[in-house]
Amino acid sequence: MSVATREITPTLGYGATLLLAALWVIPFVWMLVAAFNPQTYGGAAMASLLPSYVPTLNNFAEAWASADFPRYTLNTAIISLGTLAVQIVTITLAGYAFARIEFPGRTFVFYLFLLQLMLAPVALIIPNLVTIASLGLYDTLLGVMAPYFASAFGTFLMRQAFKAIPRELEDAALIDGASIWQRIGYIYLPLAKPSLIAFSIISLTSHWNEFLWPLMVINSPDLRPLTVGLATFTRGAEGAQAWGVIAAGTLMVSAPLLIAFALFQRSFVNSFVSSGIK
Amino acid sequence: MANAVLTGEAELASDERRAPWRVNRQLLVALGLLAPSLVFLALFTYWPVLQVLWQAAHNQVRAGSPQVFVGFDNFTGLFADSAFRKAFANNLIYAFGTVIPSLVLALGFAMALAKSNRVNSLFRALFFLPVLVPLVAAASIFLFIFLPNVGLLDYYLGKLALSGPNWLGDPDIALYAIMGLTIWKNAGYYMLFFLAGLQAVPADAYEAAILDGAGPWQRLRYVTLPYLKPTIGFVLVVGLINVVTQVDHVFVLTKGGPSDSTNLLLFYVYQQAVENYDHGRAAAGTLVMLALLFAITFSSLRTLERSFGEREA
Repeated sequence: MSVATREITPTLGYGATLLLAALWVIPFVWMLVAAFNPQTYGGAAMASLLPSYVPTLNNFAEAWASADFPRYTLNTAIISLGTLAVQIVTITLAGYAFARIEFPGRTFVFYLFLLQLMLAPVALIIPNLVTIASLGLYDTLLGVMAPYFASAFGTFLMRQAFKAIPRELEDAALIDGASIWQRIGYIYLPLAKPSLIAFSIISLTSHWNEFLWPLMVINSPDLRPLTVGLATFTRGAEGAQAWGVIAAGTLMVSAPLLIAFALFQRSFVNSFVSSGIK
Repeated sequence: MANAVLTGEAELASDERRAPWRVNRQLLVALGLLAPSLVFLALFTYWPVLQVLWQAAHNQVRAGSPQVFVGFDNFTGLFADSAFRKAFANNLIYAFGTVIPSLVLALGFAMALAKSNRVNSLFRALFFLPVLVPLVAAASIFLFIFLPNVGLLDYYLGKLALSGPNWLGDPDIALYAIMGLTIWKNAGYYMLFFLAGLQAVPADAYEAAILDGAGPWQRLRYVTLPYLKPTIGFVLVVGLINVVTQVDHVFVLTKGGPSDSTNLLLFYVYQQAVENYDHGRAAAGTLVMLALLFAITFSSLRTLERSFGEREA
C-alpha cells in the first residue's frame, strides 16, 4: 500500500477526477443560480455562476403561472405509479411461474419474454401508436402506460428473487392448505421485497423521465406529463429569452427524483446497478 | 423376474396415466400466471413487429387511399433518402463519440473513487446526478450553456479571451455539442457498473503485481482490465442501446437540424411518421433500428441467459 501511495499516476488520476467532478456539477450550479436570479430575462450576467443578488422566487412564480406544473406533476405521478402498480402484479405472477412451476415450453416462453429486452419498447413507438389509437386509448394517460404493463426485466428479476426462497416455506404453507394466491402474497412477495424495491426505483425513474412516447400519445394540454410540459414551456420561454424561468421550470421537474435520491441514495445505487438492460 | 417386470410395467403405466393430467394442470396454472404479461407482450411487442413487417412492404399512393403492396420500394426509398443516410451516419459517429469516451471516463471515475469513504461517496453522487435528471430537462439547461454569446460556455470562454463557435447552429459542430451532453448524462451511470465490477478484483492480485514491480499502467493492463472484461462488454451493450433509443435532447436542442446535421435514426423515424405521414418509410426505418438493436443485444445474449436463464440457457 505504501508503494501505491508514493506513485504519481494514481494521484494525478484522482486529481483529474476531482476536476471533472467540478465540471460535471456546473450545469446544476447554473440551474440553481439562474432559478433564484431576480433578473428574469437574458442579460449578460445570466451566465454567472456566482450569485451576486438577493435571491427571489419570481422565476418560480412566473414558471408556475405560464405552465400548469401542478397538473403536469399529477399526470406524471399517475403515469409512473399506475404503470408500476400493474407491473408489480404482472411480474410477480410471471416471475412465480418461471421460478416454481415446471411446464412444457418453459424455455420457449422464456425466449418470448427475452424478446422484449432485445427490442426496446421505444423503438416500437410508431406501430404502438397505431395500436393505442385502435384501442381507443389515444390522448389518454392509460395509453401512455399500457405498453409498459408487461416487463421482461421485472419478471426475470422476480424470478431470481423467488428462486432464492427455500421451497420448504411454501411446502409448509401448502400443508396448511394455503392457496397459490396466499402463498405468493404471504410468502414470496414479502421475502422478495429488496428486488421489488429495486424494480420500483428503476420503473419510477424511467417513466418519470420519459418523453417521446407521451409526446406522441398525448394531445390535450391538460394531460401532458412534466417532461412534455417542460419541453413545450421551454420552447415558449426560449423565444422570450426567459432563462431564469426556464431554469426554475427545469428545477421543478428534476427536483422530485433528486430529493428522492438524496434520501434513499443506497437503494437508488443498488437498483441502478441491477438495471443494466431495462 | 417376470413378476418384477410386470409390476415395473404396471408402475410405468400408472405413471403415464397420471402424468398427462399433472402436466396439463401445471401448464394451465403456469399459463394463467403468465397470461397478463403475455397479453401485453403480444399487444405491444409481438404485434407491432408484425405490423411493421407488413407496413414496410406496403404504402399509400396518396393519403387516405388504400394500402398497396410495394415490395422493397420503401427500403429503396429509405436508403435513397439523403436525410436517412445522414441520420444513419450521424448515429454511427454519435455511437463511437459517446460510448467510448463515457466508458473511459466511467472507468477512470470508478478507479479513482473505488475506495469507500465519505469524500469519495460524495463525488460518486455528483457524477450520478445527471443520470436522474430527465433528458429533456438536461437539454433545457444545455440550451443555455450552448447559447451563442451570452450563454454559459461563451461567457466563460470570453473571460479567457476566447470565442466559441455557434455550438448548436453550426452544422459541423452541433452533433459534437450534443455528444457532450450525452457523455455528461451517461458517464455516471456506467461508473456504477465499474464500481461494482472493481469489487470483484481480488486485492491479492494487486499486491502480487506490486511485489512484481508492476507500475499503475501495467496493473491496469494486466490485472484490472482482464477482471473487468465482462463489465466492459455489458456497459458497451447498454451504451449502444442508449445510442439508438434516446433522442429526447435532439428534440429540444436542434430538432435534427441544422440541415439534418444532428438527426439520429429514431428522430428520423419519428419525423417520417408524425410530420410526413409516410408510414411505409417510417416502418422501413423502424425495421433498420430493430435490426440494429437485435444485433447489439444478440452479442450479449449469453450474458443475459447466464444471469437470468440458468437452466434455460
